[in-house]
Amino acid sequence: MQTFFIVAILVLGFLITFQIAKASEYVAVLRGEERSRKQSNKINAFMLLMFLIIGLIGVYYCNEKLKGKILGAPASDHGVLVDRMLYITLALTFVVFIITQVALFWFSFKYQESDNRKAFYYPHNTKLELIWTVIPAITLTVLVGFGIFYWFKITGKAPKGAMEVEVIGSQFKWEYRYPGKDGVFGKKYFKKTDEAKGNPLGQIWEDPANHDDIYIAGEDLHLVVNKPVKLIIGAKDVIHDVGLAHFRMKMDAVPGIPTTMWFTPTKTTKQMKEETGNDKFVYEISCDQMCGKGHTGMRGTIVVETQEEFDAWMAGKKPQYATVMDAAKPAVAKDTTAVKPVAAVLNK
Amino acid sequence: MSAAMHVHPEVATTHEVHHDEHHVHHHNETFISKYIFSMDHKTIGKQFLITGIVWAIIGGLFSVLFRLQLGYPDQSFPILETFFGKWAKGGQIQPEFYYALVTIHGTVLVFFVLTAGLSGTFANLLIPLQIGARDMASPFLNMLSYWFFFLASVIMFSSLFITTGPASGGWTVYPPLSALGQASDGSKLGMDLWLISMALFIVSSLLGGLNYISTILNMRTKGMSMTRMPLTMWAMFFTAVLGVLSFPVLLSGAILLLFDRNLGTSFFLSDIVVNGEILPNEGGSAILFQHLFWFLGHPEVYIILLPAMGMVSEILSVNSRKPIFGYMAMLGSLFAICILAFLVWAHHMFVTGLNPFLGSIFVLLTLLIAVPSAIKVFNWLTTLWRGNIRFTVGTLFAIGFVSLFISGGLTGIFLGNSTIDIHLHDTMFVVAHFHIVMGVASMFGMFAGVYHWFPKMFGRYLNNTLGYIHFWVTLIGAYLIFWPMHYQGLAGMPRRYLDKSSWVSFSQFGDLDKMITVVSIIVFAVQLMFVFNFFYSIFKGRKVTTQNPWGANTLEWTTPIRPGHGNWDGEIPEVHRWPYDYAKDGRDFIPQTEPVGEHESKH
Repeated sequence: MQTFFIVAILVLGFLITFQIAKASEYVAVLRGEERSRKQSNKINAFMLLMFLIIGLIGVYYCNEKLKGKILGAPASDHGVLVDRMLYITLALTFVVFIITQVALFWFSFKYQESDNRKAFYYPHNTKLELIWTVIPAITLTVLVGFGIFYWFKITGKAPKGAMEVEVIGSQFKWEYRYPGKDGVFGKKYFKKTDEAKGNPLGQIWEDPANHDDIYIAGEDLHLVVNKPVKLIIGAKDVIHDVGLAHFRMKMDAVPGIPTTMWFTPTKTTKQMKEETGNDKFVYEISCDQMCGKGHTGMRGTIVVETQEEFDAWMAGKKPQYATVMDAAKPAVAKDTTAVKPVAAVLNK
Repeated sequence: MSAAMHVHPEVATTHEVHHDEHHVHHHNETFISKYIFSMDHKTIGKQFLITGIVWAIIGGLFSVLFRLQLGYPDQSFPILETFFGKWAKGGQIQPEFYYALVTIHGTVLVFFVLTAGLSGTFANLLIPLQIGARDMASPFLNMLSYWFFFLASVIMFSSLFITTGPASGGWTVYPPLSALGQASDGSKLGMDLWLISMALFIVSSLLGGLNYISTILNMRTKGMSMTRMPLTMWAMFFTAVLGVLSFPVLLSGAILLLFDRNLGTSFFLSDIVVNGEILPNEGGSAILFQHLFWFLGHPEVYIILLPAMGMVSEILSVNSRKPIFGYMAMLGSLFAICILAFLVWAHHMFVTGLNPFLGSIFVLLTLLIAVPSAIKVFNWLTTLWRGNIRFTVGTLFAIGFVSLFISGGLTGIFLGNSTIDIHLHDTMFVVAHFHIVMGVASMFGMFAGVYHWFPKMFGRYLNNTLGYIHFWVTLIGAYLIFWPMHYQGLAGMPRRYLDKSSWVSFSQFGDLDKMITVVSIIVFAVQLMFVFNFFYSIFKGRKVTTQNPWGANTLEWTTPIRPGHGNWDGEIPEVHRWPYDYAKDGRDFIPQTEPVGEHESKH
């Protein structure tokens, strides 16, 4: 019923507008088309000026209303660079925005048609054109310079001693792997993947480096504050994207082509809770690349904590290899020669 | 003997005139040859325009539907279930439906409306009229171009009605999502139809483009040198060049994707385990498709923008009663944009794991494109400066275009800088940016063109009052919708999320989303009003009574008010000057056909 009324009102409103429009055309013809054209010219010129003024007020109002909602200070070292670049660009473009928009609408208003004015024949002016080729070129060189400088800092090699974590996306969840005590990730092959037999990532159990790798799923990813972390990112099915809005980082997860990114978290989750005054605060991983019907819900969470807290958490974790061995043949799990039979089982 | 030689050319001329008259007046045209399988470039232009309008209504309606979901994620709209059944179970838009809507909205608006509907319409209508030709180089290919587009439309439209739904992997259809039916319902039959439809669309686009290029290069009337062409012509020319050089690359991407989907090849697929099923494909690269896609995809945004820029230049000059400022600079910047358009595609891929060094090259080239864009803006501003501006509806839309082009162009400087793009990539900031600069701005260019050349198309005017309402609501609405959207992006809110309530980081914009939804419904309603005005005015609009209603210099206004096939009754007029002699030597305007006077000043 409500819908019906809305449609009825829309149709009615439209009919009325149309009748007025039609009538105004007849009136224009009656009063002399030239005269009513000039009148509407004045009205529109005035409205363009009003649009400029109200528009600029609107820009200010919008900023006042929304500036508090855009995430606050970045929580990583790279985030600081991203934000700095953003504000440099914002300052420059805002100046250009104001100058050009004001000129556009002010000229439109000022030079509206008038019987007293003759348009000025002004086909070109090489000097002017050179000025507004060179100034934008210089401005952009500055922006490119800063941009590329920061870009190489952010995408450069991760520092030695950075913690490494593997992040794997699949419809519609995130899984993680830590390299364990040896600091080396065991090899994987996607055809070894077997959820039912405890091998969701396709780890090759024959590779001893896999034996201490810690597999994490369905819970928070844990990172250490002020310790650089390098994420090795992959996907199983379609392209996903590890989006870390608070750290200002983002990288696609592409099946078949591992990608990496590194950054240093600078604030613990606890600190952020205090800073934002929101005790429900949590770092989130958002999937930023359209990945299917569950894309909206592909959410991961991160806890940033001190080294001690991290170590305590990690101490409670058991390598996936051990879990699988326990399940398959508890008695020989400790024996390294048991690798072959298990692999054989997994290969079936 | 010599007398005979002198006579001969005259005889030939008379013969040609006779032939033309015959062509215009005595050709027996049936309804089908005149309105359906027409080879008249003007009719084909109208066909493109009307098909484009139909698609714009569909695409616009889709955006209203998904805006309903975004603004009111918790509310149920039973009427949706009535119309869409299982896709809106319980009156709530299902995720599959949502993604189908955004995908088809994007595809349709980018390709069918702003490519076919914009350059298809105005290249066809204006090229022969403004360069002084009777028709396109090949009217037959021109007709085929429309019918390939029509066929593409039919196939795309039919994909909306199949059980598994249309393509739903986003308008960029990145594989593996678009290659694997197991990963998404929209990647089943709907995706094949999408690819076939796009392949046909590309054929249409190529036939059209080649025709535009050869017509402009070969069929200009006497005296119409390349630099005496209106900027609209240069814009159409570069648009066609862009299309001809880049669309084939997308075609190859589409065909390879069809192979991957149906023939078991592995161009884009490797190492995939989907829903526990291990696929045999190895060695392909999902990123390769993105390169192929964006090698068209980026030029595509200029394919959409350039015609709008050309028309805006023309309309601003005519209605400021002033020459366009810096004709050669305008032309040079069109050329620069055309070249650079081919060299920036990977800025859509900064976060795909692209080599950072390569990324930095693309940053440089991308930001370079701001220079010709800035030149164009400053030249438009100077064109308005000290003019004597008449605010026809077309002029207003042209001014609106410049405003939107500035706003959207500047946010491009954020996104083209890879450092900032890391944070803003695939967020609502991108959505806001390209909707303003490419979507709405080009729409404004298109509206400007429709209002300006409607008298030429149909011999009648559009209703002015409805036109002014259309302009003001659309301009204000466009800024209300897309300006605050940038803030959502700055907060890192990803695009293509249909409900943010479960997120801690992105759930703070509920009221804003509601406002945007309400405004977009109003704006859509006003577009429907425009459509009504369009069709009503074709039949009932105020009649055009003078040959040159805007007092313009270009050749299309030297044709009869309702030109027949062949455009000019007599000989094609000769051109003696550039098209922008407004306010010169104290004269309001001097048409291109007028010989240069002895004492005329030079510019």
